[in-house]
Amino acid sequence: MQVFADLLDRLIYTRSRNEKIRLISQYLKDTPDPDRGWVLAALTNSLDFPVVKASSVRNMAMERVDETLFKLSRDFVGDTAETVALIWPDQPTVNPDDDMSVGQVVDILAAASRKDATVILANFMDRLDADARYALLKLTTGGMRVGVSARLAKTAFAQAFDLNLDDVEEIWHAMEPPYTAMFAWGEKKAGRPDLHGLPYFRPFMLAHPLDDKALDLETYAAEWKWDGIRIQIVGTGNETRLFSRSGDDISSTFPDIAQAFGHHAVLDGELLVRGDYQGGQAASFNALQQRLGRKTVSVKMQKEYPAFVRLYDILFEGDTDLREKSWSDRRKYLEQFVPALNPERFDISTIIKAHNFDDLSAIRDGARDAAIEGVMLKKRDSPYVSGRKTGLWYKWKRDPLVADCVMMYAQRGSGKRSSFYSDFTFGCWTEEGELYPVGKAYSGFTNDELKMLDRFVRQNTINRFGPVREVEKTLVLEVAFDSIHQSKRHKSGLAMRFPRISRIRTDKPASEADFVASLQKMIS
Amino acid sequence: MDMSVDIDWIEPHPHGIYIKPADAWIDSSKPVSKALVTHGHADHARGGHGQVWATPETLAIMELRYGQAIGHAVPYGGEIEIGGVKISFHSAGHVLGSAQILMEYQGNKVVATGDYKRRADPTCAPFEIIPCDIFITEATFGLPVFKHPDTATEIAKLLQVQQTHPDRSVLVGAYALGKAQRLIGELRLAGYDEPIFLHGALEKMCRLYTKLGIELGELRPVMDSDKDSMKGKIVLAPPSALNDRWSRRLPKPITAMASGWMRVRQRARQRNVELPLIMSDHADWDELTQTIKDVSPKETWITHGREDALMRWCELNQIKAKALALVGREEEDD
Repeated sequence: MQVFADLLDRLIYTRSRNEKIRLISQYLKDTPDPDRGWVLAALTNSLDFPVVKASSVRNMAMERVDETLFKLSRDFVGDTAETVALIWPDQPTVNPDDDMSVGQVVDILAAASRKDATVILANFMDRLDADARYALLKLTTGGMRVGVSARLAKTAFAQAFDLNLDDVEEIWHAMEPPYTAMFAWGEKKAGRPDLHGLPYFRPFMLAHPLDDKALDLETYAAEWKWDGIRIQIVGTGNETRLFSRSGDDISSTFPDIAQAFGHHAVLDGELLVRGDYQGGQAASFNALQQRLGRKTVSVKMQKEYPAFVRLYDILFEGDTDLREKSWSDRRKYLEQFVPALNPERFDISTIIKAHNFDDLSAIRDGARDAAIEGVMLKKRDSPYVSGRKTGLWYKWKRDPLVADCVMMYAQRGSGKRSSFYSDFTFGCWTEEGELYPVGKAYSGFTNDELKMLDRFVRQNTINRFGPVREVEKTLVLEVAFDSIHQSKRHKSGLAMRFPRISRIRTDKPASEADFVASLQKMIS
Repeated sequence: MDMSVDIDWIEPHPHGIYIKPADAWIDSSKPVSKALVTHGHADHARGGHGQVWATPETLAIMELRYGQAIGHAVPYGGEIEIGGVKISFHSAGHVLGSAQILMEYQGNKVVATGDYKRRADPTCAPFEIIPCDIFITEATFGLPVFKHPDTATEIAKLLQVQQTHPDRSVLVGAYALGKAQRLIGELRLAGYDEPIFLHGALEKMCRLYTKLGIELGELRPVMDSDKDSMKGKIVLAPPSALNDRWSRRLPKPITAMASGWMRVRQRARQRNVELPLIMSDHADWDELTQTIKDVSPKETWITHGREDALMRWCELNQIKAKALALVGREEEDD
């Protein structure tokens, strides 16, 4: 655990991407199986201990320390694992030679029941110092916050064993932690793992935001950018899996989709929920949200919020890899493929006919469809490549809506915003002159603006409710958001999609902020 | 035994602690006619007071910072009387000259600690335990997550990085008064006898420490130094200079910071610190709670910092306590 703790701390304090890659690849070369595989899984957020949850870690801590003291500490530190690691009473018996390996921890916890797991974890904690306790809790509960993306970890793996990164990407998603076969391949002790016939995830092709409108629309195809979740359908003929953008398997959340697809192919599309808009077409993201994040989904749920996929692209047809082909060619394959699918569950994303940006801009602004986020521009001769490659795909989102709101409450942030008041609830006026909360935002501002907002909260607190501070209703925040919907969750009856603070209007008196009624008119 | 205290001659106010019969203030953040000052940090010692009482070292520090002229020097243990209140200064172990102020009136004793720590510091006198009726304690690190590690461990970490990077300098952020000199003192104790390079903002204070008898070894201004001469060496700067253009004159600096806040990882990251050194001039949680036990007052008053948590600890331990809301104390003063 000490070696892993050391790696974690070095990663936290290292700013340079290259140095992070070097640290991880050195670790992967020096550390035996299965420890290195478990650590790689932990760094890429692919390690899950169903028997250890953030709440069980919190409860474990509360058996040793007072609840109020714990909460005050958690509020200040901004990270549960770190709070528990630091607050845990040091045992006089901690012996650095009595270290446990990552593999031992994983094996013991994997075999434990939920009830035993907390006791086992507490025993481990008693054997470690504060830094190793931190590493142990990060290993078991995730949320590393070391500034290492999955992409960076894969790059480190490729570099450690002198492999091609795209090759690693491809293999990666077919492997399970602790990736023993992958390390054997890396160390040339075994061949490339055989993936034939396995339903595994292929890295998505992504788009850059459009900032240069000098593109030639003859060489780019335009299509709607739908506001659902990007999804990859992988079918082997016998089995179908659905993967989200991060490569998470979400098949069980959308069994209606998975069961309706019996083909042997890999497709890229947008998962949407059918609604009343556009005559039974796609509903807003709000409706889709009812179905997200559920491990299983009831029949009632499936009926009320029927899901379907609007297809963008085809990566494989049978065993034939189409990714090297141009977008235009793949589009033809896709158009031929879609008619064979159940039209209730699958349709094809239409191409927008526009000859110049003025046309396209007018079409884009005219589309007030709740499920349209903007338009995509795809280079007609582009292959399907992983990640964002300059010049190939662009996204051109609709201009956001904005409203002037008044800051009402603030809470401290987590992670890199630890200790700063960075989560703000803001409101708009009712006809009766009351402020009703309309949303919550924790982004959009610069670091300097964050310091200013934090100072405002500290100097203008009028009430405290646990970690929440109520502030003087004097500061106007211009809030940008993608769309606004009806919601029963807030008193105002409104919910914003992706709200962020776009400007701090110190120049504007609070009385001149917007009315709830004017926000209601923006509902799409 | 009656444990209640009925003292009405001392009053906490948002900008300081008021001693009524003396018409004097402790660490007032507004200018007042009679000021008692615990130590030289800017959030405790302000300019512009009428008369000032402080230790000779604190007065020297205030003179350096504000050019304060009217000051009554009271050495540790020395006693004065203002308006019938007996007042004496006792070492607090925070920085050079830092004092706890003991007030005696009508048979009752009140101690205001200012800031303090309990660990050894080669640049100032150790904290003294003074039995009293009311103990007014700071709470800067008043959360149970704050347990400062051994100073020697942190110094060893710094020296290890310095020794393994002969072509780079280690740039350590340290507050100009107290932390910088303590860090130098600790490095000297650990046997580091290389010249230590200083940012301009630290020079005057280090010179004053030396003048007041604190041995700091060879110090060189970065301004007058050749880039190559700082390779493999330790450089000290105020925290504000760490990510400043100023640091470009150093050979590929590794950024370190000596502060108690470095205990929290994301705090260190916020400051772009690569080498956090957990070193504080304030008492940590165990020391705060131990001090309250050691002093064992009838009542504890808790000032600037995380009062809530220390209040809760007092409640759990059936110690009578109240939190004072003093304004103008800098949270980051460490």
